[in-house]
Amino acid sequence: MSEIAQKVKAIIVDKLGVEESEVTPEASFTNDLGADSLDTVELIMEFEKEFNLSIPDDQAEQIGTVGQAISYLEANVK
Amino acid sequence: MNLRRVVVTGLGALTPIGNTVPEFWNGLSNGVSGAAPITRFDASLFKTQFACEVKNLEVEQFIDRKEARKMDLFTQMGLIAADEAIKDAGLDLEKINLHRAGVIMGSGIGGLRSFQDEVTDFARGDGTPRFNPFFIPKMIADICAGFISIKYGFRGPNFVTVSACASATNAIIDAFNYIRLNKADIFITGGTEATITEAGVGGFNALKALSQRNDSPTTASRPFDKDRDGFVLGEGAGCLILEDYEHAKARGAKIYAELVGGGMTADAYHITAPHPEGEGASNVMKHALEDAEMQPEDIDYVNVHGTSTPLGDISEVKAIQKVFGEHAYNINISSTKSMTGHLLGAAGAIEAIASILAIKNSLIPPTINHFTDDEEFDPRLNLTFNKAQKREIRAALSNTFGFGGHNASIIFKKITG
Repeated sequence: MSEIAQKVKAIIVDKLGVEESEVTPEASFTNDLGADSLDTVELIMEFEKEFNLSIPDDQAEQIGTVGQAISYLEANVK
Repeated sequence: MNLRRVVVTGLGALTPIGNTVPEFWNGLSNGVSGAAPITRFDASLFKTQFACEVKNLEVEQFIDRKEARKMDLFTQMGLIAADEAIKDAGLDLEKINLHRAGVIMGSGIGGLRSFQDEVTDFARGDGTPRFNPFFIPKMIADICAGFISIKYGFRGPNFVTVSACASATNAIIDAFNYIRLNKADIFITGGTEATITEAGVGGFNALKALSQRNDSPTTASRPFDKDRDGFVLGEGAGCLILEDYEHAKARGAKIYAELVGGGMTADAYHITAPHPEGEGASNVMKHALEDAEMQPEDIDYVNVHGTSTPLGDISEVKAIQKVFGEHAYNINISSTKSMTGHLLGAAGAIEAIASILAIKNSLIPPTINHFTDDEEFDPRLNLTFNKAQKREIRAALSNTFGFGGHNASIIFKKITG
């Protein structure tokens, strides 16, 4: 697992209060990990802080699963 | 129009001298001080370095960690007190009409810690506006009432009252009126406050409102003492279950006391100083008595606002003497803030609880920390110094006054038939 993937998982475990084993690449924030719309906004914000980048709203809306978050960040974090 | 009778059927308290109602009463009857050096932040540069904090609070015993993270401390405290009150009232949520059940909580300020932290974060950054989506819902003063309704499904009237240190009393009076007017059957009401932060202590210090007796925190809150030098900031929450008397009787609820009257006035004088002759304060007690259809002679105990400030204590006692006349010498007067510190928007709630428990237990909680008489106060008054006093109490009046000149008083009566 990449360093980015590890950090992403840790943020999700912390913010959503879920077990690490639940945080699989397919897991959807809202359908599987119990997040509501505000939780999702908070996650994106935490990613931005952790990786020091800005995720535009239209792209943030495309990030709905753990895997999507990791892929986006791996492609965009310099 | 016939007004319905309103009774108290449940209590919850999270205070600097006890985290449950029985512990709170134990502290009150034994004259325990809740003051100690501040632990919530490093106060070493502040003029006041102590406060009355809630101790040994394990929020996650009551609220799921994931949920608790989205709440300011004031909301967490309010939920914990509400939980105790609901259980104490023995309410079966399946059986009551939740559309006729409301929540009115008082808070003078709201989520000050959340506001301070989030704004500080922004100010320290490079200007990029990264505000947490929970920032506003954590901070707004009404949110505790919202969380309580979500938890218990109470779908009736739901809001916060804000009148500084009178907030909780205003909340209780509002709930009282809605039940009396047949707009609802049951309320969770009271107040919650958590402002022991840099901004809270620094702000009140700037107003010269706080005691600076850093060498002796436990004797700092000394209402009516000659050497009083300001109030001691407290935090915590108190909740009362108010219920239509017939509703309570029908479900076989235990009844602590009857809420019989409430008064509300303004000083219309100054933003922070009390009216020197206690005009708003005497009027509010008169209004509460009129509302309760009672005479001053019917009152045995006055739980005063009595914050231990040089001016406030004097004007309140003047007001009491004006309202009660000769009977002022027969009543017990005490300031439980001498023990709890000043819980601001939650003060009226825990002091209502103190008054109710005083009636129930026939015991007047003391005004602790009396060392030196102040000639400003008539020595014939019984200010219940230092030790609790046994006494049958037919009715108790509780005063709260807030910055802005808000005054609110309520009267509880021993339950009869």
